[in-house]
Amino acid sequence: MKFERYGIGIAKGLMVTLKTLFRHPTVSQYPEQRLHTSRRIRGNELAWDRQKCTGCATCAKTCPQGVIEIVTSTNLVENKYAVEKYQVDTGYCIQCGLCVEACPYEALFMGYAYERAKYRRSELVENKEDMMLESGKKQPSGYFYPEIAAKLPRQTLLVEKITEKEQ
Amino acid sequence: MVIVNPNVNLGNLPTLSPDWPGGFWWHWLLFTVIIIAVVIVMIMVNVYIARRQVGRMQSRVGPNRTGPFGIFQPLADALKVLLKEGIEPASIDRLIYWLAPVVAVVPVLLIFAVIPFTDGGMLADLNIGILYVVAISSISTVGTFMAGWASNNKFSLISAMRVIAAIVSYEMPVVLSIASVLLLVGSLSMNDIVLAQQDIPFILLQPLGFVIFFIAGLAEISRSPFDLLEADSEIVAGFFTEYSGIKFVLFYLVEYGEAFFFSCLITTLFLGGWRGPALPEWLWFIVKAVLVWFVIVWLWATLPRVRIDQLMALAWKFLLPLALINLIITAIQVLALPEGSWWVMIPVNFAVTAVLILLWSKLFKLGWGRVEV
Amino acid sequence: MAIRTEPFVLNMGPVHPSTHGVYRMRATLDGEVVVDLEPVIGYLHRGVEKLAEERTYTGVIPLTDRLDYISSMSNNLAYVMAVEKLAGIKVPERAEYLRVIMAELQRICNHLIAVGSFFNDCGAYFTPFLHMYREREKIIDLFEMVSGQRLTYNYMRVGGVSQDIPEEFLPALDRFLAQMPRCIDEYDLFLKENEILLARSKGVGILTREKAINCSITGPVLRATGVKWDLRKADPYSVYDRFEFDIPTGSAGDCYDRYRVRIAEMRQSLRIIEQALKQLPSGPVRVEVPHLVRPPVGEAYAHIESPKGELAFYLVSDNSIAPYRCHIRPTSLLNLSALRDMAIGWKIADLIIIFGSIDICLGEVDR
Repeated sequence: MKFERYGIGIAKGLMVTLKTLFRHPTVSQYPEQRLHTSRRIRGNELAWDRQKCTGCATCAKTCPQGVIEIVTSTNLVENKYAVEKYQVDTGYCIQCGLCVEACPYEALFMGYAYERAKYRRSELVENKEDMMLESGKKQPSGYFYPEIAAKLPRQTLLVEKITEKEQ
Repeated sequence: MVIVNPNVNLGNLPTLSPDWPGGFWWHWLLFTVIIIAVVIVMIMVNVYIARRQVGRMQSRVGPNRTGPFGIFQPLADALKVLLKEGIEPASIDRLIYWLAPVVAVVPVLLIFAVIPFTDGGMLADLNIGILYVVAISSISTVGTFMAGWASNNKFSLISAMRVIAAIVSYEMPVVLSIASVLLLVGSLSMNDIVLAQQDIPFILLQPLGFVIFFIAGLAEISRSPFDLLEADSEIVAGFFTEYSGIKFVLFYLVEYGEAFFFSCLITTLFLGGWRGPALPEWLWFIVKAVLVWFVIVWLWATLPRVRIDQLMALAWKFLLPLALINLIITAIQVLALPEGSWWVMIPVNFAVTAVLILLWSKLFKLGWGRVEV
Repeated sequence: MAIRTEPFVLNMGPVHPSTHGVYRMRATLDGEVVVDLEPVIGYLHRGVEKLAEERTYTGVIPLTDRLDYISSMSNNLAYVMAVEKLAGIKVPERAEYLRVIMAELQRICNHLIAVGSFFNDCGAYFTPFLHMYREREKIIDLFEMVSGQRLTYNYMRVGGVSQDIPEEFLPALDRFLAQMPRCIDEYDLFLKENEILLARSKGVGILTREKAINCSITGPVLRATGVKWDLRKADPYSVYDRFEFDIPTGSAGDCYDRYRVRIAEMRQSLRIIEQALKQLPSGPVRVEVPHLVRPPVGEAYAHIESPKGELAFYLVSDNSIAPYRCHIRPTSLLNLSALRDMAIGWKIADLIIIFGSIDICLGEVDR
């Protein structure tokens, strides 16, 4: 194994590193500068529309992990099911989005927020009141619903922020 | 005869420059405090520069949260590690385990006694300065070997063996390239070496010596591309795997202290020490040392690691013969050329360097590496 | 008189800075030379094949994301192709082209990580790794735009893909295709001719043609030994027979050739994506498939050329909503079977490099 090329390969590598030293770094300072996530982000929670939901439990049957728990009773006055308990364990959820795709009445949405850390695992379980869309605390994301996605801000893309010379 | 400034006082060498106030003991106390402060502060500055520079070279920012621009980051790291619990495995060799960081750290602080920060501004202007440096800097190797042995850990033992082999092999090119510089000066004292670079720095007179000293010195302080002694993608952390807390800080100080010392030594021997036009002298010294450190970190961020047998082959088959040839050529030039004719030496030396490096690279063969089992 | 030495066993345990995941090797060393090697796997076994029997056919798709978690789209594709083969479902054209685009982008993404961690094992202190992560970030932004997540995409469905691409996907992809060749050139400039890298990896860990074919090794490791075998050309699936691209091969079968093969494959993937963009038709992206798919009784085997090799799913169905048996051909585990023969005789540092150049993912090895 000969020591060929007299160190020219090493010199080329050093030039590349030196050029990178003077370029703008491709990082963002997180808490002060938040980038916009995708409009279809499958965030950390679910948002539930109580008016449209009929209690059919298709979402609970589709969930691969079994995190959705629904208890219904009959409500003969309005002639439909009354949902008594709708509980989601967001700590066990893998954010796959199959429940959102499965709902036939378009009553379930993925959440847009992703900064939802809590101190206790039991606080991650969300019951009926937390889940409701009209509580105002939830922002639905555009996963599977293009009309919601059109209203959310545009995603920040790295291909547009840093430009290198194009071919 | 000597080619450089003949006003260097070779005969009667005082141990104390006349313009330092107070007696011998005050001078000693002042410089001890200065050396310890400067070493610790410069190590922190070096760590900060290294992290920011490596960060920018990797297209990210270094630390920038602790303090403005992150300047308190090394301080925060040091405080954090000092407050950690020192976890000791149960089956270590206790006496050697405790002594190893001490044996490794003390020489690093001792060798700073002879580095000239300004003209005569050092703890002790020994007339055998370079010999003292070479001798004392080898003692910390014993400390690292003790650490590797006492940890009772196979990874540390492998690393300790590599340390011994590598550092002993690289002593020779280092000493031979220093010897070629000494031929030009004629004295072993560090202050005289800087004084002798009045007209031109020795990097122009000794390019081959500079290259050899740089590469061999990088291997001595075990920095990349030769950092296989503590390669943290193979042997976890090498000889200080089992150390935590204050002992870990001491080993960290050894590594960065030796690196700072190496940049100071290059500045003194090859770049002209504290010489410079406008700024105060100690500031020029620090600026040059930081520049050398910039180059060292640049190499660290870019190059992959060599393997241990390639490291040994590089020392014995490439650097040692070149260092010997360099010594012989310098000796011939010192004897043959008249005084002050450095303008003849420079192109001759550069031509010799280019020819030798090209020729030797063609002849240099590494072993194949695979052993029949 | 020979000095008697004694070999010792070094345990590079499950927790190690550079085994790519929880992988344990017990190496018997004589000094620094590796004399024997014994791998111990199973630290990441999650029982995926058993779990697949308890979920519906659509519910297994998020599970397959997490097999080879670095290249999720390829895993999804292989599983979904197996179900479609079983149920006899034909996928619309636009969905096929979208699948090809996603699979090739995923190939580039995977090779960026593979080459980056190879350099990291060689000792270049994360610098090429982070440069390659910059490009991977651009690809992951595109994937996030389409599917909503950055690592486990869950994008393919039985009968097509999950959703159509948004309108800002194509301009962003064009910009990426314009920037990427320049970035690959910069990687080549950085480390292709680096003497230290050449000394570390040329001629190291040689795998011969015969041994590779005997050990059923596939992927870039096989192509680096000189065998021109790629499932996209040998047994074309999806719409790969409509594109023209080359199959890069090496000649020596050492670590350096595997690295060069991966870089060349990245360029070929860019070529395929450009052709697919030109031919992209319009139309539906998903066939109407019942919510709980019930394929007829039978078995199916579908294989694809995933970035690491040949990934295949073997499904047995008994006309219920869940698979009766789902077996996964673990690419990385079969590629690892030659590690012992490649590594004997080399030193510890070479062992790490050889292991890194095979490019395994523990999620696939242990399932």
